[in-house]
Amino acid sequence: MSRAAIETRDHPAGAPASPVISVRDLSMTRTRPTGEPVPAFEHLSFEVERGEFVCLIGPSGSGKTSVLSVIAGLERPSDGEVLVDGRPVTGPGPDRAVLFQEPALFPWLSVRGNLDLALRLAGVPPEEREEKALTWLTRMAIERSADRQPHELSAGMRQRAALARALACDPAILLGDEPFGALDALARERLQDIVQSVRVERAGRTTFVFATHNVREAVLLADRVLVMSAAPGTLLEEFRIDAHRPRTLDDVLIARVVSEIHDLLISQVEEG
Amino acid sequence: MRRWASELGPPLLGVAALLLVWGVVAAATDTSSIPGPAAVWTALRHGFADGSIPEATAKTLIRLAFSFAAALLIGTALGLVLAAFELARRSIRPLVVALQITPFVAWVPLAVIWFGVTERAVVFVAIAGSFPAVTLATLQGIRQVPPLYVRAGRTLGATGWELQRSVVFPAALPAYMAGVQQAWGFAWKALMAGELIVPATGASGLGHLLDSSQDVASLLAVVAVIAVIGVAVDSFIVGTIDRRIRARRGLLEPT
Repeated sequence: MSRAAIETRDHPAGAPASPVISVRDLSMTRTRPTGEPVPAFEHLSFEVERGEFVCLIGPSGSGKTSVLSVIAGLERPSDGEVLVDGRPVTGPGPDRAVLFQEPALFPWLSVRGNLDLALRLAGVPPEEREEKALTWLTRMAIERSADRQPHELSAGMRQRAALARALACDPAILLGDEPFGALDALARERLQDIVQSVRVERAGRTTFVFATHNVREAVLLADRVLVMSAAPGTLLEEFRIDAHRPRTLDDVLIARVVSEIHDLLISQVEEG
Repeated sequence: MRRWASELGPPLLGVAALLLVWGVVAAATDTSSIPGPAAVWTALRHGFADGSIPEATAKTLIRLAFSFAAALLIGTALGLVLAAFELARRSIRPLVVALQITPFVAWVPLAVIWFGVTERAVVFVAIAGSFPAVTLATLQGIRQVPPLYVRAGRTLGATGWELQRSVVFPAALPAYMAGVQQAWGFAWKALMAGELIVPATGASGLGHLLDSSQDVASLLAVVAVIAVIGVAVDSFIVGTIDRRIRARRGLLEPT
């Protein structure tokens, strides 16, 4: 049985020592088709340390996806800024890989072709690409489907291929926008296990920020869970989870944090 | 074997029904303006035996290949320019649409004035009749690229031309191919109209053969050849490429 030490804070913590991601007073307003402005999230500030796994959790509409989009550089905030390694984010880049809710594999390429393209775009020389691709496909246990087209794979295998494509380029940051939200329970568990072990293997090398609405997933994966309020999203509370990995939901302390966050979210939904 | 039977069976049944109705009508009317299938078959064999149909077919197919290749080149290039520049798109796209819906026969007199009674006039009509469809297909294909692929490409580090080449163009291909298939039909029809109306100066094409046929039976024989070529190119060449692209991406309904 693993020992777990869990620390819960009522207020977001102060700045960590060497943040790889700094989100500073970030706000974003979207425009409805009717032209009416709707705030997605407001005055969000948090920092993520190198190698840390942070999960953003909140009721739907709390702006989790938009926060990730801004960190990825796919969208611009209305106010505030995001710094990665101290430099403001101005656009997307291969240092910040993104796992989307749907595995965004290119359907005209084989699974191997998808990895090869990603490696080429990341500037990996041709002679190293094949080996790297195969290493990651093997790691995800889909090497036998390397030459198949994405549509021939199951949903879980597709998301594993997308994860392989994201990690093959050795990103400093892996962003996940509800990456397992569309999977069935078994495929979801398998991917959570894979991500947990990747987190351990790549400790200190890759920083993870995932958005999810699944409390158990957040507590299983994260070093820190940031709970966002109902729309417009603000940071409500932060839970630091120092339990050993691999974690299981049977763990008493894990279960306690799950129910605490759960209650907090329920109160948000009821107020909203 | 069974697959061929199930795919080719119904169309062949349709042809058989057509021949039957035609035979009955021809037998019932008994005039020289409606020859029966047998008379047309004889004319067809005669046309092949004396070499007039194969010769005209070869000539026409060469013109077709040239015109269609030119239409693809011009149409795609213009489509890419319009896709890249919004002002160009908003100002020129309506003109391309206007060209697209203009019947290609309308180009024939103009072509004769510009190029004289020449080969070039015929080819011009075929190109003018088909390139707008290619341009619109290119635009449509690029506009319909799923935003998710573009987002994914950008997060992988693709920008500018690299993003277009690696993500946008391949993603646009299925919609583009659908337009190409349509454009091929336009090119074929426009070429026939051009050949029929612009008199032959050098070697005759199938359209010229229509004009110079001595009797209704040989006229219908040429029409049959034109129809068979049209169907063959459409389903065996353009259709096959289209199916391959779609099957690779899982876009075909399982049969």
